[in-house]
Amino acid sequence: MRVLKSLLLVLVISTYSYNGTAAERSHELLSPGWSFKGFFGKFDRASLQRGYQVYTEVCAACHSMKYLSYRNLSEAGGPEFSVEQAKIIASQFELTDGPNSDGEMFTRVARLSDNFVGPYENIQAATAANGGAYPPDMSVLVKARKGGADYIYSLLLGYEEAPEGISLDDGVYYNKYMAGNKIKMSNPLSEGIVTYIDGTEATEDQMARDVTSFLAWAAEPHLEARHKIGFRAIVYLIIMTVLVYFSMKKLWSRIESKI
Amino acid sequence: MSDHNYTPKSKFGKWFNDRLPLLSLANHLTDYPTPKNLNYWWTFGGILTFCLITQIVTGLILAMHYIAHADLAFESVEHIMRNVNYGWLIRYVHANGASMFFLAVYIHIFRSLYYGSYKSPREIIWILGMIIYILMMAAAFMGYVLPWGQMSFWGATVITNLFSAIPLVGESIVTWLWGGYSVDNPTLTRFFSLHYLIPFLILGLVVLHIWALHVPGNNNPIGIDLKKPSNDTVPFHPYIVVKDLFALLLFLIVFAFFVFYSPNILGHADNYIEANPLVTPAHIVPEWYLLPFYAILRSVPDKLLGVVAMFAAIFVLVILPWLDTSKVRSAIFRPLYKQFYWFLVADVLILGYVGAMPAEGLYLLVARIATAYYFLHFLVILPVLGLKEKTLEVPLSLTEPVLGGSPNEAMARSKKEIS
Repeated sequence: MRVLKSLLLVLVISTYSYNGTAAERSHELLSPGWSFKGFFGKFDRASLQRGYQVYTEVCAACHSMKYLSYRNLSEAGGPEFSVEQAKIIASQFELTDGPNSDGEMFTRVARLSDNFVGPYENIQAATAANGGAYPPDMSVLVKARKGGADYIYSLLLGYEEAPEGISLDDGVYYNKYMAGNKIKMSNPLSEGIVTYIDGTEATEDQMARDVTSFLAWAAEPHLEARHKIGFRAIVYLIIMTVLVYFSMKKLWSRIESKI
Repeated sequence: MSDHNYTPKSKFGKWFNDRLPLLSLANHLTDYPTPKNLNYWWTFGGILTFCLITQIVTGLILAMHYIAHADLAFESVEHIMRNVNYGWLIRYVHANGASMFFLAVYIHIFRSLYYGSYKSPREIIWILGMIIYILMMAAAFMGYVLPWGQMSFWGATVITNLFSAIPLVGESIVTWLWGGYSVDNPTLTRFFSLHYLIPFLILGLVVLHIWALHVPGNNNPIGIDLKKPSNDTVPFHPYIVVKDLFALLLFLIVFAFFVFYSPNILGHADNYIEANPLVTPAHIVPEWYLLPFYAILRSVPDKLLGVVAMFAAIFVLVILPWLDTSKVRSAIFRPLYKQFYWFLVADVLILGYVGAMPAEGLYLLVARIATAYYFLHFLVILPVLGLKEKTLEVPLSLTEPVLGGSPNEAMARSKKEIS
């Protein structure tokens, strides 16, 4: 009976830690070790700020981030640009607003309260401009892919020459981490494509790391608060549990019974 | 409710209680004699009540910010996650709370199966419980549709399409369910409406479930009728209250771990992609708690028969009190049943596993065998076992030595007197 029970336990654990797409992806994902994982995981501010630079100079040419606002860039737990910096960032973008009192639409400079201005008017325009493949919105991209940050990071570094026997159409590239290995995005990163403001050397690996951290924050902007509150909540629960346990022992000592 | 001789001490209390006996009810609930040998598997009733209330309270707040519209639902969920104060916490508690609710309900159901709690005189409690379970599945399924992600949309499409298997009128029924010719805005708004309604139906049924429980009182690990109140019982308050609280706190630690440290591990990544009717995900899988039924559905090659098998899998549970012919309740005194019980547990876990896998090759074969065994257990093994099995001697009470042999106290006593 004991053997059967331990077998069951193993089965339960293996059942619910399955990897649904393991068969498709033959390569193990790269993981550089993220600062935001674990019980006390926090984002690396400098990395998030560099990541924003990579996003805005490289990714944003095709990818929108419509659920983020410029004010988020200065909020606690994120890249934590100063409010002034965030205002300057916002002022670099223009958007259509209106109608005004004359019934006319007009163009104005973006404010902190505005959502990130996207590169295209709509999904159809984005699709048409990119050879029929819609560049997905990046707001929750890290949560929308199995493997999360590791997957995005691996994909960015996963471009290779196609192995022999695989023919690629025009505008299709080979990436060893992409499902089916064929991707319509050309390798976005190349050494020195970005000149980091803080002077960090812009290697491909550095940029992939920074932009992935930035996307991880964008997908989960309250991650730091979650980790902090979670730790306190669990400590509180453990203390409560111990207190209630001793109260229970004391109460039940009046009764001739096990608890 | 057995105690009629309670009178409140204060004059106002007496006046009030004569008109609305709430104080009598409170007195009944605190004094309620509970078997003192209940183990921790019996604490899940309280945990489930907590889960239901948590879902209702968090759901109420989410509904204040959520927008049930095909074009806005996904965005409104992101709004909750980003802009609503502690919205992320409320949503993660609600989403993981559903999983915790099912975890607890499965333990609760399997506890009942092990100790024979569904047997006479507790059949109505069991059936009410099964109706609650079915409503829970409906609520969870509709709730999963609300964020309007890819799994929401395609899960809804697959599950509602099951009704098209009904001969002749199937297609019409599906159109009627959808409110159109595909899953779309009318489907979303009605699912939201029903998702809001069902928890209150469950709440009402929970009251009936507990009411029905308080008539015969709790079953217990030995599975015998106890004299109440007696040396074998303790008042519900404070003894059971403190024990339930302790178990609830342990449960909350696990719950908190999911909410704060892996809030998305039980969900599917595809549900963070907004619903797109033109793109079908590679694998459409329901939430983990529905996987065993999904495996049964897919193991039958014929669509209609698959749907029938899936509903039958739930229906055999409803009529379980009459399928199990054994008079002895607890598996402790049923050496053979105890083994078959663990086989069933393994079988359901295997069904859950293959339900998450693509329905092909070895997985499909395993799913078919496990499905067949599931029905074999309830329809053949249980009825036959009850008649053939040689059970162990059942004690008369918790304190008296092993003598009787009947789960019914009066019968056991008369038998003892005869011998």
